[in-house]
Amino acid sequence: MSNQSRAKPYMNPYLAGTLLGIVLFLAYFITGSGLGASGGLNRLLVFVQNAVNPEHIDQVPYLLKMAGGSTNPLDSWIVFLTVGTIFGGFFSGLLGRRVKFETNKGPQINNATRWIMAFIGGGLMGYGARLARGCTSGQAMSGGAVLSVGSWAFMFAVFVGAYALAYFFRKFWN
Amino acid sequence: MTSFPLPLTELMGHWGSYVVYALIGIAFGMTLESAGFGNSKLLAAQFYFKDMRVFKVMFTAIIVAMTLIFLSTSIGLLDYNLIWVPPTYLWPGIVGGLIMGVGFIIGGFCPGTSLVGFATGKVDAIFFVMGVLTGIYIFGETINTYAVFFDSSYMGRFTIPELFNVSYGSVVLGIVVAALLIFIMAQKVEAAVNKQPIKPFPGWSKPAAGALIAMAVAALLIGQPDNDDRWQSIAAENQAKLDGRLVQIAPAELLNLMNDSKLKIVPLDVRKEQYYNQFHLQGAVHVPLECVLDKAEEFQFELANTVFVIMSNDEVEATEAWKILKAESVPNVYILEGGINNWLDTYASESFTNDNKIRLRELDQLAYRFDAATGSRHPAAEPNPNVLDLNYEPKVILELKRAPVTGGCG
Repeated sequence: MSNQSRAKPYMNPYLAGTLLGIVLFLAYFITGSGLGASGGLNRLLVFVQNAVNPEHIDQVPYLLKMAGGSTNPLDSWIVFLTVGTIFGGFFSGLLGRRVKFETNKGPQINNATRWIMAFIGGGLMGYGARLARGCTSGQAMSGGAVLSVGSWAFMFAVFVGAYALAYFFRKFWN
Repeated sequence: MTSFPLPLTELMGHWGSYVVYALIGIAFGMTLESAGFGNSKLLAAQFYFKDMRVFKVMFTAIIVAMTLIFLSTSIGLLDYNLIWVPPTYLWPGIVGGLIMGVGFIIGGFCPGTSLVGFATGKVDAIFFVMGVLTGIYIFGETINTYAVFFDSSYMGRFTIPELFNVSYGSVVLGIVVAALLIFIMAQKVEAAVNKQPIKPFPGWSKPAAGALIAMAVAALLIGQPDNDDRWQSIAAENQAKLDGRLVQIAPAELLNLMNDSKLKIVPLDVRKEQYYNQFHLQGAVHVPLECVLDKAEEFQFELANTVFVIMSNDEVEATEAWKILKAESVPNVYILEGGINNWLDTYASESFTNDNKIRLRELDQLAYRFDAATGSRHPAAEPNPNVLDLNYEPKVILELKRAPVTGGCG
């Protein structure tokens, strides 16, 4: 507990949002691309798949685009963005003294339940993010800021999906 | 037309440009973690209206970035055509979004936030990331069974102002005002759900909100540049290219390029339909001059090795079309020197040119008579590149493509 009491509180959400907005603007202003996360994870995964079983990559067109022939799946800006995001999160956590092995969950469930939930939820997120061609960062936030119709439709769908089931999962979080 | 976004690969090299992305990633990760997004309990609290942090951070970020982007484009500092607007695939996006919403309430993260949770040692985030990788893996293995749906309801680069047929500035201002009103409501909802007094906004937030509205109004009043404005901003440099004959390529160069398997050549025929029907090059794409502007957006999506060669009967209409595409920042656009008439002079048989020459004609009219609509069946439509060995001065230099072909989630 002593460790936790030393952790600095999180930033005011409007301030954090403003800073995030400036980062997003700079990403567009300098590079022309927005932010993203799931694409980087996708390519890291394909890199491993390609190392383990390259023949399989050649049979799946979706994977072939990223790693076919001599194409290196890590040779993409999104991979560097993703790796940067992990480091940035770590630095910020260090500065705020929030780096700590812990499991955040509702009081009514145990750690193992929470981990299984996280794994299943992650699976749905990963699958949905590829189907929607982007995640909350790349599609909803980045696409939203440049006024893409599909990105706004996607954003509403995410909130609808989560709110629709929130009631049924209330025991897990509260 | 503008200096931003920067041509990063040109400036810093292929791998050098990635350093910039890594730095942006670090800034992204730091803001996400500071916002509390490494903590799944805080994220999930959004869906019970206890702490509407997800909503506040996300919409603040959207309105700040959006306002800065469209103010920059209105004053010509940033080129909207060169920034990545995720193309709309409506139904796959909505179904994917619903699945993600379910994943959010079950798993407590989204992919970006799970990365910073993972980085700060949150064990549930580590399980979540493993889940994401598994989900992506399953997607890669199953997508072929319903690829038709995955590629359905494609609407291209489609924006909200285009949907409602209103100006960009008014949409930006509308979203800013709506978001600010929703923030006021969010404070009240949180207070009511938690049975606590309403938390005040931080002191700086009022001037900041005022500044955002002022910038949105400025973007609305200035308006976004049209094709003519865009041409004016690049006219000095590009008129010199036209006058210096740097972009008019000889028929022989076009013929050689068309037989170069490393390039995708799009011969763009901008003449009226009657001329196109009488004769056109094999593989020519017919886009009459008045439709060129509408097609510019589509041309941005072409592969990086695409070269457009515009042709009219002489060069007048082709030059107009060149200016339009150049102003819209389409890369690798050239003009066929002397147009179709020069092509026929070069590649049609002597008997044809002797017999069918029209002596009296106006500029940019066809110089030869065709008895029927031969289209591309005429022998000169697809000359054998090995027969005539013509000397020409090569002018095509492949530019590095600046408009991103992938973005958002790569």
